[in-house]
Amino acid sequence: MHKILTKKVLNEQVILMELEAPRVAKKCRPGQFVILRVNETGERIPLTIADFDREKGTVTIIFQIVGKTTMLLAEQEENGFVSDIVGPLGNASDLNGVRKAAVIGGGLGSAIAYPQAKALHKMGANVEIIAGFRTKDLVILEDEMRAVSDKLFVMTDDGSYGEHGLVTDKLKERIDDGAGYDTVIAIGPLIMMKFVAKLTKEYGIRTVVSMNPVMIDGTGMCGGCRVSVGGETKFACVDGPEFDGHLIDFDEVIRRTSMYREQEQEAVKQHKCRLEDALDG
Amino acid sequence: MAERNMSSTKNPMPEQDPDVRNKNFDEVAKGYTEEMAVSEAMRCLNCKKPSCVAGCPVNVKIPEFIKCIQERRFKDAYLTLKQTNSLPAVCGRVCPQETQCEAVCVRGKKGEPVAIGRLERFAADWYLNNCDEKSEKPEINGHKVAVLGSGPAGLTCAGDLAQMGYDVTVFEAFHAPGGVLIYGIPEFRLPKAIVRHEIEKLEEAGVKIETNTIAGKAVSIDELFEEGYEAVFIGTGAGLPMFMHIEGENLNGVFSANEFLTRVNLMKAYRDDYDTPVYRAKTVAVVGGGNVAMDSARCAKRLGAEIVYIVYRRSEEEMPARAEEVHHAKEEGIVFKLLCNPVRILGDDKGWVNGIECVEMELGEPDASGRRRPIPKEGSEFTLDVDCVVMAIGTSPNPTVTKATSGLEVNKRGCIVADEETGQTSIEGVYAGGDAVTGAATVILAMGAGKKAANAIDEYIKGKTE
Repeated sequence: MHKILTKKVLNEQVILMELEAPRVAKKCRPGQFVILRVNETGERIPLTIADFDREKGTVTIIFQIVGKTTMLLAEQEENGFVSDIVGPLGNASDLNGVRKAAVIGGGLGSAIAYPQAKALHKMGANVEIIAGFRTKDLVILEDEMRAVSDKLFVMTDDGSYGEHGLVTDKLKERIDDGAGYDTVIAIGPLIMMKFVAKLTKEYGIRTVVSMNPVMIDGTGMCGGCRVSVGGETKFACVDGPEFDGHLIDFDEVIRRTSMYREQEQEAVKQHKCRLEDALDG
Repeated sequence: MAERNMSSTKNPMPEQDPDVRNKNFDEVAKGYTEEMAVSEAMRCLNCKKPSCVAGCPVNVKIPEFIKCIQERRFKDAYLTLKQTNSLPAVCGRVCPQETQCEAVCVRGKKGEPVAIGRLERFAADWYLNNCDEKSEKPEINGHKVAVLGSGPAGLTCAGDLAQMGYDVTVFEAFHAPGGVLIYGIPEFRLPKAIVRHEIEKLEEAGVKIETNTIAGKAVSIDELFEEGYEAVFIGTGAGLPMFMHIEGENLNGVFSANEFLTRVNLMKAYRDDYDTPVYRAKTVAVVGGGNVAMDSARCAKRLGAEIVYIVYRRSEEEMPARAEEVHHAKEEGIVFKLLCNPVRILGDDKGWVNGIECVEMELGEPDASGRRRPIPKEGSEFTLDVDCVVMAIGTSPNPTVTKATSGLEVNKRGCIVADEETGQTSIEGVYAGGDAVTGAATVILAMGAGKKAANAIDEYIKGKTE
């Protein structure tokens, strides 16, 4: 059992939790992830480690409520427990030699890209963050991102906050203005990463993306997380989760990620019904 | 005592009707009653020089435990088994007795051998149902040993070391211990309550288990030595699924047997009270001819598939699956497409599987495995309409531990190099056994290796401290 030490609601869909996990906290590095199970009958879901504290023996996760398991997780309160956490899984980000980077975060992806930006900033690299959100109410971690970047651009789809537009619009503008990035790190919805990679390919800028596909064990055992990278099949859990954005077959990943969508939607519906019944009863 | 039973055939095992059982996950074989067991035990001649014992990788005292059953001393039968076998209820169910103890039974020369496996299962189940005393905790000798992996090799090694008084901790990557016994072998062949019970017995005897701990990631072998462990046993199995590398293998609806079976077995996707999603297909092709292929096919059938094919490139004779599993699969309506090999997997415009193209094969000259090499018949391609494909063509050792441990020698197949008699690896104090060393093999071979390594570790630590 792992105690929930802190729970913060970042916006109506995104929640931060700091959890006790001493073995993971002792070893983890930016870019790695954990697999978590809320309770005995729960699913195993992969979540990127957003932060960690080796002395306290804790890891921080930031997740979006998208399915039954994340709904269930969001219902847990401070000082409560989750049944299982295993990690650290995957390879740490390779940030060696990066001097000027654009870190792109889309929605929840901003939280997942934040540790990379923080690490780069600490290394002394010049970091520009372009963070995109649907609307003002969904903006998260703005102060934190500002603190670890030389420039922060917040973009909203509806123009209700920051600048109006997509992250790719701002990225193109910055490149054309001569920002001179040697690396772009893009983390967010698959479709966003696909278009960031498409753009940077035209400019020949090295681009790293992070995959979070369907998986069970996180140790290379199930093969559910296979992705095609440069025509070769790789397992996101052990070969990734970060890959060269110019080599990933995004369309395949998008398709494979939808594998259990129908069942997932059904599970969410049933869970909501049960919640409502409980409230009514 | 009952009379010697000179029947040339085994007492048959009561089983669920095939048409009933292929719709549920309850155990197929129901087990002997006391009367059946005593009657079968009376077929044993209690040979003075028994060859069966040498046929068993953990040298179960077969004539002794059977004699106990003959005399209706069922508890003693269990205790006799337990002296050399940490997991008798498991072995009685999943060991390939027909190629081991029973293969060399004298009664098998004229007729069928004594049903040693069924009797082993009976004794273990009888104890489980009739005795609830706790295992005795041996006196601790103060030496710590770490075991990586809680499958058959690791559990046996841990159990034997605990009996000798060692302070043993087992590290398991999954949220539940048991390894392949939990995630791989289905409920209908090996009920998980049985596995849990056997593991509880080991815990009572002093074995500690840390789940959710990935060796090589959360904790390295060097760190274990720093934490005061004096020896390490690696029993991390062969968990990496193989694929054929053919077109269409990444389509939605193509799974490794590992993924499919883990969802169903460890994560109980067949039960409504679990959140695990699993793809319930109408028509399934399982590629492969081993026990894992049979398990996958039979699970798919139980999840509601109308047609389930086994697609295997050689003939039935070469199938690595146990004859009993093939027989059970056929009874349950699994369709065998033998001498067929997949060429590519076909998909619809949304990227879901809708067919598997195969080519017919014929057998040529024997290959390195001694089996006749399958050769494709040119122009014999045909398509099976399926909406799911499960790849059950084998597994290889997981490199997580070996990659994280400098100086640990592996061969070109990724298997850890270890001494056959002791399990000693290229690093002092580090031992290995089971599928991590041999590549995918059987539960009992892994247990045999765990046992040998336990003895070697005992000698090593004693030698060091003397």
